[in-house]
Amino acid sequence: MPSNWLVLIVLALATIGFVIGRARAIQSAGGETRDLHSLPSYYGTHVAMMAAVPAIGLLLIWLIAQPLIINSSVASSIPDSAIAETDLGLVMSDVRRVADGLDVAVSQGAMTTQDAQNLNADETDVRAELAKVGVALGSDVSVPILEAAQDYRQKSKVGSMAMAAAVLTLVAGGMFFAVGRTNKSFRARNVVESGIKTLLLAAASLAILTTLGIVLSLVFNTVEFFKLYPLSEFFFGLTWAPSFGGGSELGFLPLLWGTLYISIIALAVAVPIGLFAAIYLSEYASPKMRSVAKPLIEILAGIPTIVYGLFALLTVGPLLVSIFGADGVGIMKAGTAVMTAGLVMGVMLIPFVSSLSDDIINAVPQSLRDGSYGLGATRSETIKQVVLPAALPGIVGAILLAASRAIGETMIVVLGAGAAARLSLNPFEAMTTVTAKIVSQLTGDADFASPEALVAFALAMALFIITLGLNVVALYIVRKYREQYE
Amino acid sequence: MFDTDNAKNTMTQTDIKFSAKNVQVFYGENHAIKDVNVELEDKTVTAFIGPSGCGKSTFLRCLNRMNDTIDICKVKGDILLDGEDIYDKRVDPVQLRAKVGMVFQKPNPFPKSIYDNVAYGPRIHGLARSKAELDEIVEKSLRGAAIWNEVKDRLDAPGTGLSGGQQQRLCIARAIATKPEVLLMDEPCSALDPIATAQVEELIDDLRKDFSVVIVTHSMQQAARVSQKTAFFHLGNLVEFGETPQIFTNPEDERTESYITGRIG
Repeated sequence: MPSNWLVLIVLALATIGFVIGRARAIQSAGGETRDLHSLPSYYGTHVAMMAAVPAIGLLLIWLIAQPLIINSSVASSIPDSAIAETDLGLVMSDVRRVADGLDVAVSQGAMTTQDAQNLNADETDVRAELAKVGVALGSDVSVPILEAAQDYRQKSKVGSMAMAAAVLTLVAGGMFFAVGRTNKSFRARNVVESGIKTLLLAAASLAILTTLGIVLSLVFNTVEFFKLYPLSEFFFGLTWAPSFGGGSELGFLPLLWGTLYISIIALAVAVPIGLFAAIYLSEYASPKMRSVAKPLIEILAGIPTIVYGLFALLTVGPLLVSIFGADGVGIMKAGTAVMTAGLVMGVMLIPFVSSLSDDIINAVPQSLRDGSYGLGATRSETIKQVVLPAALPGIVGAILLAASRAIGETMIVVLGAGAAARLSLNPFEAMTTVTAKIVSQLTGDADFASPEALVAFALAMALFIITLGLNVVALYIVRKYREQYE
Repeated sequence: MFDTDNAKNTMTQTDIKFSAKNVQVFYGENHAIKDVNVELEDKTVTAFIGPSGCGKSTFLRCLNRMNDTIDICKVKGDILLDGEDIYDKRVDPVQLRAKVGMVFQKPNPFPKSIYDNVAYGPRIHGLARSKAELDEIVEKSLRGAAIWNEVKDRLDAPGTGLSGGQQQRLCIARAIATKPEVLLMDEPCSALDPIATAQVEELIDDLRKDFSVVIVTHSMQQAARVSQKTAFFHLGNLVEFGETPQIFTNPEDERTESYITGRIG
């Protein structure tokens, strides 16, 4: 039985359980719903929950576990002679393909179930048979592989049957248990609400666990990298010259410098413009103007960064070259430069800074403004001396968030800043960033055992720590000052 | 204020500070103040009393044009300060507010030090030429608001860290530091406990020597204690205006009597 059918059946049974539970609760109170501890729908939900949740949980675990178990049991039955030339993983993927092919053949009616089970690789050309139903195999099917595939099918079938039986039993058991304890004094509402609490908790922990998983995958690969490449040379090396032939110099500093330089230019663009826009929108603009301008600014935040990258490559870069290039000032060689990427990234960050700062400025209590106006201060004096100081921690937080966004940005850098890692102060030279190099180290046929590929994880780890640090500082500042002003 | 001398000719009595004629205030469609005529005297505490929503705070906020900050609010009629129309186009509301200070219902110290809170007004109006002079203004204002002894050792501490009563006196110190001619107080004691209220009331009585004070209050006892003149507002109308003892002992209008004796309001 396919698992999606099984899920539908479980849900249908849960719905029936809902009706039964509700009816039983009402019946136990003699039709007087006011005598019930909870609303009737809570009793229904309780039964439905007890029926569906454990069953679907079991289904999920089973779906994950079954292929693993069957794989290992089938793998152990394949004779060593069949694995001699290649490794076990490749053989097993052949087995699974043949097994799937047989499934397709049976479902299309090209073979009966019996045929599929009794096929013999010596007598039938399995590859040709399967090709007829549209399943292409890479090579001829040998006897051990066909046998393993048939074994695989057999075991999968048994497993699925067992799964369906177990799940349905669990549904019935859960429903029976829940209906059994339904009576008018049973606290169904409390049970349902603790169920909802568990659901919310699960969602929160899933997010945290994912983060943890990402960090761990970074950590393991980073450790692997530092086994192959000395730590001090990575952190203090001044040259970035990877070569997949070996003997590469993988210094982190040129990349870090490029990242910081581009981010600083981006923030130098985004912070004043974003902040002034926020001040205008929150303090001066009429409600009508605000309702038009704010969404328009926020559209900037919705533009994919690759589009910004194209803008940098095709518009801003050539524009800068025409001013600072050989025909003009003469300090810019090509369109891809730190300045190009920094300016475009700054534009990208404007809505971040302006939108967050606008919310923060709006949160400054009107009573403070009134107090200032009441003393004869003008609007701009009030903003400079009362509103902005009060909003400052939040604004700093917004800027730091924008900074971590800038540090993590990739596409604009790839297209706008070039690919040369260099330590230079000239903002019109091409440089590159940590993120752009992570991409270039991992694209193509990377051998994951070489330091040249593994360095990407070390870079990612370093970047992660920097942005994490920025976010922690941002949160700390925001919290600390918020306490003082309330 | 505009500094033309022809305005002085319209002055009738020197001791009339504010003179309102046929003042109407609209909040969008809502007619909040209807045809108010009143003359407020200098060096006097005038109390505005009346039930909630009767327009007394709105009228108070007309006196220093704080209603300008509310878009939908429209003021009609004339309000003269020392004989000059404060709603004249030539009047800068910012400078008017330096002359007519305001203390709000809820203490609203700025998130700055106590010193900077008081020095705020003098700084933006350039009242002090030197640091020493500013120090002097700050001390005088804090003494004037009867809070100097409590805060003199911690002028650098944030104003928001004071207790509610202290914060309100700090706000009063801040308001008198700009040397206003009139001080408007919008229910200044409503967020304070009885002891802090008594301190602020005592202070209001002291302030009368130098300023003309207008206070909006919900407490009739407070109005009776601190004011010399009382105005009773009801549903946007100024029902009765007169000497405080007169209003509280022998009101002319029966609505005033009903309110004072607790039958309406």
